[in-house]
Amino acid sequence: MHVATHPVGDTQGKANPQALRDPVWVRWGLTGIAILFIVLFLCVPLGLVLFQALVKGWQAYFNALVQPDAVAALKLTLLVAVVTVPLNTVFGVAAAWAITRFEFRGKSLLTTLIDLPFSVSPVISGLIFVLMFGAQGWFGSWLSANNIKIIFAAPGIILATLFITFPFVARELIPLMQEMGCEEEEAALSLGASGWETFFKITLPNIKWALLYGVLLCNARAMGEFGAVSVVSGHIRGLTNTLPLHVEVSYNDYDAVGAFASASILAGLAVVTLVLKSLLEWKQSRERLAY
Amino acid sequence: MTQSNIMPGFRPTLAFTLFYLGLIVLIPLSTLVFKSLQLGWSDYVAIITHERVVSAFRVSFVTSLIASAVAGLFGFIIAWVMVRYPFVGKRFLDALIDLPFALPTAVAGVVLATIYQPTGILGKWLIDNFGVKVAYTPLGIVVALIFIGIPFVVRTIEPVLQEFDSTMEEAASSLGASRWQVFTKIIFPNIFPALLTGVSLAFARGVGEYGSVIFIAGNLPYVSEIIPLLIVVKLEQYQYSGATAIALTMLVVSFLLLLAINLLQLWVRKRSGQI
Repeated sequence: MHVATHPVGDTQGKANPQALRDPVWVRWGLTGIAILFIVLFLCVPLGLVLFQALVKGWQAYFNALVQPDAVAALKLTLLVAVVTVPLNTVFGVAAAWAITRFEFRGKSLLTTLIDLPFSVSPVISGLIFVLMFGAQGWFGSWLSANNIKIIFAAPGIILATLFITFPFVARELIPLMQEMGCEEEEAALSLGASGWETFFKITLPNIKWALLYGVLLCNARAMGEFGAVSVVSGHIRGLTNTLPLHVEVSYNDYDAVGAFASASILAGLAVVTLVLKSLLEWKQSRERLAY
Repeated sequence: MTQSNIMPGFRPTLAFTLFYLGLIVLIPLSTLVFKSLQLGWSDYVAIITHERVVSAFRVSFVTSLIASAVAGLFGFIIAWVMVRYPFVGKRFLDALIDLPFALPTAVAGVVLATIYQPTGILGKWLIDNFGVKVAYTPLGIVVALIFIGIPFVVRTIEPVLQEFDSTMEEAASSLGASRWQVFTKIIFPNIFPALLTGVSLAFARGVGEYGSVIFIAGNLPYVSEIIPLLIVVKLEQYQYSGATAIALTMLVVSFLLLLAINLLQLWVRKRSGQI
């Protein structure tokens, strides 16, 4: 289930000499189709989020953003990201270290299992935690006897998000660290550096852009996840609604400005993610050329 | 089992990786299997062959298939144009292709529903000019899944097109092949496996997609109700076994389809002599 999310940046912008042999009408026609498609399917939706959010003016927009339910949703979304992103980052680095620096049996199986959450529908990702911790679930009666809430509360939302964003950091680091090899690290170690020193002074500077890239994608998904979170949240206003769920609830209540005001925050997050992503890709390709 | 190298940290990193993988992914996923086992075979068959479930499966797979095919066609054109032709604003448009990856699906859902509803900017235009209703029909599901699927196709084809060796093209043209012959005989067969991969990734994602679909679909049982929504409906009625049976079936069917596509791909590559 691997998608190459890095477009190879170096050759872009240069014309392919062979391509220029294509008849002019073919070139213009195909370019036109591509641009029209991107504008209709991608630009229009992005622009419309902002338009709908501001359709009743700035005042209504700000009022929608500062209403208690929206603020609570934003806080919960930030909490979820603050817990899940560091955990999955530490996991990603540890997994990449074990997988790329050592040989052991079952390595390719392990790599496949790490990618597993990508091939599971978000709804099923929520369902499995309901089956574990819900009222009829494995630990349901024990949890209710001890008065602990996981499903329809923040812990369930955090668990489902951990599952959904599980592979993001690991899958950025594994191919890079594989490609890098470990000669530099071995040299440092043989000169007497400790394991941690080697990691912080040799490995980390080499993987920093890919690591940041993984963290960025992980964060975007953690803040934006809808399906899995929707299953475990219970949609309790002001308590268990994240920002994407607040968008849904407001939209279903015909509160278009409320829905699109919150949606504009999430769309802003997506745009920032895309800009940083392009920047990181540019940095990465420049450093690879410098090797 | 480690190599005879001096790298430290094998045991702690592998132990943590396995522990965390088990805790967050494997144990939770195993609940699907255990919960299904509690269900007798006849109960399972009764749930899965229920008419509403069968039509939801049909809606999900047919719309994903159509959407991934359309995304395949336009994704191919976009990747082709992005790699081969120079034009102004290319970098900006290319970065925008990842928008469906980055935009939360709920946002995509409400905005697509707003655009294609009968009073929306494109929805109104389509009804007035062609009498086509998009939102709240299966066609709406297809539109949402094209949106979700397009980056999978473009990002899978782009690197392959970029690395494509144009000396083959030059050789064919110098031997008198027309541009169209060069495309159909040389370029397309080389790109086809990547196209197939991109389309199957888009398809797999489409079958499980929830957030971007439910707002535009109308969610009418037997007509525009998708499988992930049916799982949610069952859960809301506290029918955990029903939800689990459907979920497990969906995972298995998607897995079998992907396996079939992978075999097809292997066959295509063998035939075109790439392995």
